[in-house]
Amino acid sequence: MKIAVCIKQVPTREWQPRLNDQKTWIREADVSYEMNEPDAYALEESLRLREKHGGEVVVCSAGPARVQTVIREALARGADRAIHVEHDSLGAADAFVIAEALAAAMRDEKFDLVLTGLQSDDQGHGQTGVILAERLGMPSSTIIMEVQIEGSSLRVKRELEGGWFQWIAMPLPALLTIQSGINQLRYATLKGIMAAKKKEMKKAALPDGLQPSQQVVGLAVPTRSKQTQMITGSAADAARELVRRLRDEARAL
Amino acid sequence: MILVVAEQHEGKLNRATWEAIAAAQQLAGTAQQLAGGMPISVAVLGASTGGLGQELAAAAVAEVLVAENAALEPYTPDAYAAAVSAFIDSAKPAFVLLPHTYQTRDFAPLLAARIRKPLVTDVTGINGTGADATFTRPMFQGKLAAQVKPHGGSPAIITVQIGAFRADAVQKGGSAPVKKVDVQIDPSAIRQKPEAPFREAKQAVDLGQAERIVSVGRGIKSQENIALAEKLARAMGAEIAASRPICDNGWLPMERQIGSSGQTVAPKLYVALGISGAIQHLVGMKGSRTIVAINKDAEAPIFEVADYGIVGDLFEIAPALITELEKP
Repeated sequence: MKIAVCIKQVPTREWQPRLNDQKTWIREADVSYEMNEPDAYALEESLRLREKHGGEVVVCSAGPARVQTVIREALARGADRAIHVEHDSLGAADAFVIAEALAAAMRDEKFDLVLTGLQSDDQGHGQTGVILAERLGMPSSTIIMEVQIEGSSLRVKRELEGGWFQWIAMPLPALLTIQSGINQLRYATLKGIMAAKKKEMKKAALPDGLQPSQQVVGLAVPTRSKQTQMITGSAADAARELVRRLRDEARAL
Repeated sequence: MILVVAEQHEGKLNRATWEAIAAAQQLAGTAQQLAGGMPISVAVLGASTGGLGQELAAAAVAEVLVAENAALEPYTPDAYAAAVSAFIDSAKPAFVLLPHTYQTRDFAPLLAARIRKPLVTDVTGINGTGADATFTRPMFQGKLAAQVKPHGGSPAIITVQIGAFRADAVQKGGSAPVKKVDVQIDPSAIRQKPEAPFREAKQAVDLGQAERIVSVGRGIKSQENIALAEKLARAMGAEIAASRPICDNGWLPMERQIGSSGQTVAPKLYVALGISGAIQHLVGMKGSRTIVAINKDAEAPIFEVADYGIVGDLFEIAPALITELEKP
């Protein structure tokens, strides 16, 4: 079983956004990065499937040189090798460009199964996986919470809204976008980190002529839809004031 | 023209369809006056759509298109992408609008990839009308809002965030014509074979009935600290609930999860304890009457929907609240 897992490097949850001078993108120099969380679950799922069915796990990522940090981390957690489509412009690229870039680098590998996270914690388009599936000529299914493989057939549990689920069967090769929480993540061991240094990381070039499907013309801190009353002071003072307002103003207690 | 793709399950319209129609009316420039803007067509798809065409015809739109085909039931991304792409071929819309539901998230990127047109997802606002419009969408977990212009020809496919436009703001115009449309779908090209939807376990707690809810997020840090939130909930006469990561970790059962994949609630009081406010959580609780946010990060998106906010350490504030509430 030849499994690809696509991962993206995104700003950490703790990162406080700062904008560039044109207010069209973030100031990348200020950013600390980590592996996109849903992609970490996709990686874990690919490792579990390899443990069950054999084969190899190939990490694929499209981004500037900095994404090698998360590629190495994925290799340290147990992936076998990596493909990195490297270009500075990929840091801010949209889902169409990322998907086309990955498709060009992945097509000849003839993967049986491709996993991605369901969306990225940065731009959050929620499109890359499904577009990649179409470019690779594979069926796709999204927001997956369980993966079962029997021979050349695949059965997956797709999350619906409001606590509902549905099993879906489809032929391999296929692409799945993985929901956070599908499994329990493992972390890299020291042995894994050492082994990762010797694993293959193949560079692939960005195909020429890819056009973005959308342009960010402005970026800003969102405007508040409500007038939030901020309550300040020591914990005891703030608690007293909040309880008073919930009782007297909001009549919610 | 603008094409709105309705969403229906077993003959019932998803309410978010009306929100997408409201967005289309704003985009068309018809929100203030009935005439003069881009015409809007609403398409409803299914094996048998019953009275849905008539129901949708109450909106102030140019026409309602009904496409019935056995291959559209049950829903599959392959069949829906094929059907909507056929609509686009014949109607040549400038925009296609859909509600940003799990179903849309499943097939809209496939549709966009197949017809090689731009897809802007999770839109919360429309600036301007017609071809010059830009679209507001969250980025970086809602920490920033981006103004986005689609590139690469028409139609631009736009998915509209649940709750961002008001269903009750839809202009009703009376009686749009309802037309039947044939769509050809090759059943052998549908690769996904879905089984019947099911629920994991009987929902023992109906948080929709709770008057007050204390909800915990990542800020609670560890399973042991859940007890503190439970104590606060008891002191407030509230049910305990959580954002998704807490339930993923097994710190609280899945049935207590609030958000797009869990329950949607609108209690009298909603206290968000250490919840940053990712959009998937906000859609499940922003209809609450009074929202309190307690978070150490003053920039957390949860404060955008909160009526009362305290920036600080929940491990100091929650005990202080309990003390205050337990005072005779």
